[in-house]
Amino acid sequence: MRTVLVVAMVLGLVVPGRAQTVSRTAWGDPDLQGLWNNATVAPLERPAMLAKKPFWTEAEAVEVEKNGLQTLLKAVAAEVAVSGELNETWLETGKVLRNRNTSMIIDPPDGRIPYTPDGKKRWDAQPTLGKKLTADGPEERALIERCIQVDPVLLPNPFYNNNHQIVQAPGYVMILSEVIHQARIIPLDGRPRADGRVAQWFGDPRGHWEGQTLVVETTNFREDGLFRGATAALRLEERFTRVDAATIDYELKVTDPATFTQPWTAVGTLRATAGPLFEYGCHEGNYSMPGILKGARLEDKGR
Amino acid sequence: MRYRVLKFGLAAVALVAVAAAAAMAQTASGVPRTKDGKPNFTGIWQVMNTANWDIQTHSARMGPVVALGAAFSIPAGVGVVEGEELPYTPAALKQKQENQVNWLTRDPEIKCYMPGIPRATYMPYPFQIVQSQNNVLMAYEFASASRVIRMNTQEKSPAPAWMGWSVGRWDGDTLVVEVTDHMEETWFDRAGNFHSDALKVTERYTLADANTINYEATIEDPKTFTKPWKMRMPIYRHREPNAQLMEYKCVEFAEELMYGHLRKQPTSR
Repeated sequence: MRTVLVVAMVLGLVVPGRAQTVSRTAWGDPDLQGLWNNATVAPLERPAMLAKKPFWTEAEAVEVEKNGLQTLLKAVAAEVAVSGELNETWLETGKVLRNRNTSMIIDPPDGRIPYTPDGKKRWDAQPTLGKKLTADGPEERALIERCIQVDPVLLPNPFYNNNHQIVQAPGYVMILSEVIHQARIIPLDGRPRADGRVAQWFGDPRGHWEGQTLVVETTNFREDGLFRGATAALRLEERFTRVDAATIDYELKVTDPATFTQPWTAVGTLRATAGPLFEYGCHEGNYSMPGILKGARLEDKGR
Repeated sequence: MRYRVLKFGLAAVALVAVAAAAAMAQTASGVPRTKDGKPNFTGIWQVMNTANWDIQTHSARMGPVVALGAAFSIPAGVGVVEGEELPYTPAALKQKQENQVNWLTRDPEIKCYMPGIPRATYMPYPFQIVQSQNNVLMAYEFASASRVIRMNTQEKSPAPAWMGWSVGRWDGDTLVVEVTDHMEETWFDRAGNFHSDALKVTERYTLADANTINYEATIEDPKTFTKPWKMRMPIYRHREPNAQLMEYKCVEFAEELMYGHLRKQPTSR
C-alpha cells in the first residue's frame, strides 16, 4: 500500500496535504471540466457600511442569501421602473462566496478598486450599466446592450446566466461563458504571446499549471475594452483551483499602473451546476438597441 | 555530361516518389489519436472552397459594391452538393430565388448573426476544435459563434438555437454529429439557399490524414426539400506554428447598417 502511494506521489497523482479528491484528465492535467455557476450575492466592491467587516458570519451569510433577491430588486428599482419580469424566475442572486467575503475584492483590504485619478476619470466616462447613458448612436450604449461583450474574465453579473462550461484537451483549456456565448480557448503549450499589434475585446490568453492551479494570463486588450477604466496595458491573471468535486476557487489579479495605484485582487467561487448552458443569442434578437435609439430620436423631437 | 544529369534527375525523381509513398503510408496510419484511442480532431481548421458564396457550382460575377471593383467580386467555384441539384419543393424553390435576388437585405451573415450548421463549417474563417471525451467544442471565428457537441447524451435541447443542438457519437473512426433544434433564420450560403425549423443535419467528420478532415453533411428538411441531400468537402488543418483563432466580433461592423438611420447625426455614406 505504501509502495502504491509513493509511486502515485512520484507520478504526481497525489500531492500530500492537498485534497485527494481532485481528479485528473486521462493525460494527467487537473480536471476542471464541467458546468459551473459563479453567481454570488457578494458585490465586487465592498459597500461603505461594511468597510471594517471583510467576512460575514455563518448566520449572517444565511440572511444575506435569503434576502438576496429583495436587495437586488431594491437596487434595480432606483434605476428602472420595476416591472413583472424582474422576479425570482428571471433573476438569480447566487450564494455567498466560499469564504463568506463581504466583497469579491480582497486586496486592497478595504475591498475597493484603487483607481488613479486618471483611471477614475476614464472609468466614469465609459458607458457601462448603472450610469446615465446618452443614445446619440449605438457606441454610447454599454457593450452588453450592444451584445459585444461582458467582462473578459469570470466576474459574475448581478442578474442571471452566470454559467460557464470548461472543456479540456491536451494543451488546451476552453472556458465557454453563457453570456455572450464567448468561448475562450487558452493554450497551455508555452507558445509566445500574440504580437503587440493584436488588440482584442477578450485579449489574448496564455495558461499554465502551477501544481493543481490553472493560471491564465491575458494581455493584448483593446484600448476601448472598457474593463474598469483600464488602458491597453491591462494585464489580467486568473487562478482556478479545484477544491472538491463541486467547487473551484477563482482568483483574479488586475494590473494596469496607469489606471490602478496597485494591482488588485478579487475572488470568486465556481459551483457545479446541472445545466444545460443555453445559447445566449443576444445580437440576433436585440430589439432593445433600435428601441433605445428610436426612443431617443423621439425625445429629441419633443415626442 | 547530359547523360549524367539525366541519370541524376531520374534518381532524384525516384527518391521523391519513394519519399512521397512513405509519407502517405505514414499519414494513413498516423492519424492523431486521443488517450482513449479516438481520432483526435483538436486543432484549427478551415475549408478551401467558395461554398459560402454558393453551395452549388457557380461562375464568377461582379460584386454588389462598385467601389470595391475586382477586390470584392464573387469568385467562381465548383459545388459541394452531391449530384449538384437541391431537391426543393416548388414553393421552396421560389423562395430560394427570391432570397437570392434580395441577398443583401435578407442574408443573416450580413447582420453578423450566428451562421448555424452546416454554414459555419465552410465560411471563409477558421474554426477550432477542442476535443474531450464527453464534450467536443467547436468555436468559430465568425461572430464568436460556438457549439458544444455532447457525446452520447439523451439530453434534449432546452430551446431552438442559432447554432442548433449537437449530439455526437462514434461510428468507428468517424465522429457523427446530429444537429437539430435550429433557428429557421439561418441560411446555407449567400445564394439564398435556406431551410425551415424542421432542419436536421447529420455531420460526419473523418480524418483522411493528420491534416485533412473529410466532411459530409446530410440535410433533411421535409418542409423545404422533397428528399434528403448531401454536401461533401475536405477541411484542412492550419499548420502555421503560431496559428490561433482570432476575434471577429462583427456586431460593431453591422451596427451602422442596422442602426445608422437611428443616429442623432446620421453619417454620410
